Amino acid sequence: MTPLLSVRDVTKRYGARIGCAGVSFDLYPGEVMGVVGESGSGKTTLLNCLAGQLAPDTGEVIFDTRADGPRDTLTMSEPERRMLGRTDWAFVHQHARDGLRMGVSAGGNVGERLMAVGARHYGDIRTQAVDWLGRVEIAADRVDDRPTAFSGGMQQRLQIARNLVIGPRLVFMDEPTGGLDVSVQARLLDLLRGLVRDMGLSAIVVTHDLAVVRLLAHRLMVMKDGDVVETGLTDQVLDDPQHGYTQLLVSSVLQV
Amino acid sequence: MSDYNFAYLDEQTKRMIRRAILKGLAIPGYQVPFASREMPMPYGWGTGGVQVSAATLTPGDRFKVIDQGADDTTNAVSIRRFFERTAGVATTTRTGEATVIQTRHRIPEERLSEDQILVYQVPIPEPLRFLEPRESETRKMHALEEYGLMHVKLYEDISRHGHIATSYAYPVKVEERYVMDPSPIPKFDNPKLDSPAIQLFGAGREQRIYALPPYTRAVSLDFEDHPFDPSKAPHACGLCGAADSYLDEVITDDAGGRMFVCSDTDYCETRRAAGHRGDMAGEDAA
Repeated sequence: MTPLLSVRDVTKRYGARIGCAGVSFDLYPGEVMGVVGESGSGKTTLLNCLAGQLAPDTGEVIFDTRADGPRDTLTMSEPERRMLGRTDWAFVHQHARDGLRMGVSAGGNVGERLMAVGARHYGDIRTQAVDWLGRVEIAADRVDDRPTAFSGGMQQRLQIARNLVIGPRLVFMDEPTGGLDVSVQARLLDLLRGLVRDMGLSAIVVTHDLAVVRLLAHRLMVMKDGDVVETGLTDQVLDDPQHGYTQLLVSSVLQV
Repeated sequence: MSDYNFAYLDEQTKRMIRRAILKGLAIPGYQVPFASREMPMPYGWGTGGVQVSAATLTPGDRFKVIDQGADDTTNAVSIRRFFERTAGVATTTRTGEATVIQTRHRIPEERLSEDQILVYQVPIPEPLRFLEPRESETRKMHALEEYGLMHVKLYEDISRHGHIATSYAYPVKVEERYVMDPSPIPKFDNPKLDSPAIQLFGAGREQRIYALPPYTRAVSLDFEDHPFDPSKAPHACGLCGAADSYLDEVITDDAGGRMFVCSDTDYCETRRAAGHRGDMAGEDAA
């Protein structure tokens, strides 16, 4: 089976400092990969490199495109890469307001992706927008409200709807539950898990919350100071951590 | 003879502007950056249009200026006098007799001909500006033809008002490529963008020039189920009786009295001279 995303030796430096160094892994269709680590460990740098938002200094990011099979997204032309960003990829930001247009109604936010790939029928766009709002548990009568009128959790769910409406194959998530209170987090995780399973999505989830990866991720990658220190199946890594830092991370989780 | 160089600007500046115009004509709808000069009038008064006119005028031209359709408002009078004084060109208010027409926010009702040039004053040339404030990003969107966002605006209109409520500066797609802001003309005028005349757009503050060569297709954006509608007030002109022209609403007293008159004064006067009379035209009105 061809991996959906194949990452080879990705390194990004900020001058003398290291963002992330020599990261390699394969992501297969339908698989969810978690990336954990403390603040400043290079998780977000890595994610941005993979999603084409930062250019890594070295390495390859090979994505299995629908049309031409595996292609290195770093050597792709910018229009092609942006096209991928609109169709096959989705990016869920930590702060919903980074990923939403705050001055545009919820329906317009969801519909933007559809219009960006050529939908020109208002009725159809609206039907799909309402359908997707329903799937992320936002009532249909909020479709014309702006995201500014939504709570934090609703904004995050709206961002997810906006990203998934075009049926991407790979979703990048940067701390999708950061900044939400625990009960909202739980609902959001439940929702994400359902969507990932139903749509057969592949995803890379960056987080510092081990509970999130325990619920969502099949495989886990632990990062420290830009390096990957441990990889493996999620349960295996969390239940039997080998590396000293992973052991520290697992033992630092607060028990209630 | 005045002490100004012909048409105020120096020859090097006019040459620079002409190069921008030629580039604009070669790539219809593309916004060409140019080094806009300080003009002896404030931004917002048509400094972009004046510079394009200055670079376009020749001593044999006959010049007309329109401000919101009218020849006799402050803006039109001052720009007309500016070129009378600095270029010494003949001026006219007759659309058919003019060779260069500078306009603010209207296209003349009378169909233009191949030997005419229409110069628009443009306040904000970037149609995506209010949706995407970053200029670096909008340029990229133009370059890569990513125009989904333009439809988001129309979507918002429909979801809020039930129809596309954008009534002026209605975006058009030029020859299937660039999305262009046709300056704040009413959308009633959009079909007239497909014209035998050369159309030049100048934005002085924003330092952009763009152009439509003759017979260029400019399609107004719309949705399949909400097609473009070049609407106008459902009245006939009170003075000349024209039912096909764009109308201004004029308040006549403080008791709700009002009348609708052609916004294109030359069109209205020509019709009245030909004997057409509207409902509210008194004997002395003509």
